[in-house]
Amino acid sequence: MKDSQYVILKKENFNGFITGLSKLHKLVAPVSKGYNNYSFEEVSSGKEIAIKYIPTILPPKKFFMPQQETLLEYDISKDLHTEAVVEPEEMVLFGVHTCDIAGIQCLNMVFSEHPKDYNYLTRRQRIKIIGLECNEYCDEHAVCCLMNTYMPDGGYDLFFTDLGDYFIVHINTRAGEEIIEAINLFENAEKSHLEELEKLREKKRTVFKKELPIELGSIPELFDRSFESKVWNDLDERCLACGNCTMVCPTCYCFDIKDEINLDLSTGKRYRVWDSCQLEPFARIAGGINFQKTRAGRQRHRYYRKFRYPVNKFSRFFCTGCGRCSRACMAGIRLKETLGALMESESREVNA
Amino acid sequence: MERVVLKESAYNIKKGKILSIKQMTENEKLFEIALEGGESLGHQPGQFVMVSLFGVGEAPISLSSSPVTGGSFELCIRAAGKVTNALHRLEAGAEVGIRGPFGKGFPVRALEGNDLLIIACGLGLAPLRSLIRYIFDNRGDFGKVHILFGCRSPGNILFIDELKDWNKRTDISFECTVDQVDCARPDWIRYVGLITTLIPRVQIEPERTFAVVVGPPVVYKYVIKELLSRNIPERQIFLSLERHMKCGLGKCGHCQIQGIYCCQDGPVFNYGEIKHLKEAF
Repeated sequence: MKDSQYVILKKENFNGFITGLSKLHKLVAPVSKGYNNYSFEEVSSGKEIAIKYIPTILPPKKFFMPQQETLLEYDISKDLHTEAVVEPEEMVLFGVHTCDIAGIQCLNMVFSEHPKDYNYLTRRQRIKIIGLECNEYCDEHAVCCLMNTYMPDGGYDLFFTDLGDYFIVHINTRAGEEIIEAINLFENAEKSHLEELEKLREKKRTVFKKELPIELGSIPELFDRSFESKVWNDLDERCLACGNCTMVCPTCYCFDIKDEINLDLSTGKRYRVWDSCQLEPFARIAGGINFQKTRAGRQRHRYYRKFRYPVNKFSRFFCTGCGRCSRACMAGIRLKETLGALMESESREVNA
Repeated sequence: MERVVLKESAYNIKKGKILSIKQMTENEKLFEIALEGGESLGHQPGQFVMVSLFGVGEAPISLSSSPVTGGSFELCIRAAGKVTNALHRLEAGAEVGIRGPFGKGFPVRALEGNDLLIIACGLGLAPLRSLIRYIFDNRGDFGKVHILFGCRSPGNILFIDELKDWNKRTDISFECTVDQVDCARPDWIRYVGLITTLIPRVQIEPERTFAVVVGPPVVYKYVIKELLSRNIPERQIFLSLERHMKCGLGKCGHCQIQGIYCCQDGPVFNYGEIKHLKEAF
């Protein structure tokens, strides 16, 4: 650990940093929306930012893969003319928690995999990420210790940790270094600062406790044995098939593709829009057959897309432990309870 | 906001011109399409393309022609949804957008040198015709070829002129059955009954026979059972699964079957490899 990788920012300079940065780039950070809800929005001063916040309503995926984005523009007036496009925006995201950084890392893998998604990759290139450490749990829905996302593990340009009177900042990339150089408010980190950081991390290891009594490595096997579990039937009775859980998930990326034609009836665009595997028509084909008829099947699919399928395909879990699906569920379906129920129903069968 | 043109985007389309449209049944038409500049599509039998009609949308459609044909390709399209109904309203000369070909087709190399039992049900004949035509174009590369076709009624028979021809060919065996007779039945349709009733009538050597089956999900259940009872090994049974692909790129999630993406990992699958997937059928 080289000291030059760390700098500090005194709290009295925080507002100056944010104001300065917002003059250089579009700057986005968590903002309080009341009732313990937060949202990533454009800011120009430090006072607008909620430094202590629970996961935002929507994760930062909305900047990498907007709810609606144009894929292709067309003009059919004379000869058919089409052009694949993306409308990216340069921006800096400030205050991204480690769970959400993990979510972005998952999406990076999905969209970099052949065939590459250039809409995503072009946007990704233009977004800089400044992480912010969680010193304590946000709320009871998080499973970030189980999913091992509560400590920083790359995927950012700069990473801020609040250490009382100052932030200690880890510089991870050249782009991060450029931000530090452009805003002349940072000081070199001393040995004492690094010791304080280490002390906080030690404390975190005692505060953050595995939320469920299972090893991460045995979760895929638990799912291998749970395809026919009664737990899915229980979800069938409770799920409202509203799709909230997938909209707010940092690693859900399913989409639909639609066409829109302008009033001139010759120009228009083809765009993608977030879709949800929880909605009834998602797996229906034109002939009428629906390959995911039941809510049980669709909920099971969602859980397997977090805990089982990506483990084979991408060698990582696609649950970041952020807890958004549990917070957003109107029927009170809680991820922690579902995993717990799978474990329990299994041990009951073993003992029976 | 910046606007970047993506030359390498997989959402770019190739322009295709409809050369001819042939009404095949009440709900199905055969479209012959050529890419701009005479470009070859370069597909394998069993692959599919995304067909676009701008202002309406895109739909995944199986290729029905043999790649050997070159200059143009054929799509047998049932008017079932928004895009396919709009395609049915077009006339020859109209332009469409084409993306693809996508997916893994029939394993032609593995089939070569072996006997084939090809079983098509209803619209399942559309993708299988690309394989059948390929076999006819390279007949010497394959052993015995049996083709079984079944559909609801004589009025639903696709490629009827070609089927008459197949019936006369001596280098293959061909049988056709209809579930019910509700209109005039051509004399060469010898059977009335489900497709499964034809399978016991075929003479096969199971160890050197590869079965290729395409039809609706319910057909797979019964046909595969019948094939296994004829001792055809699981690994020698291939089938093509229908899903509503929206992107064709293994991303949008609509065609996902448990851990696999039908558009990239399929649509043609080896039965032995996917029989454990409960959501496949």
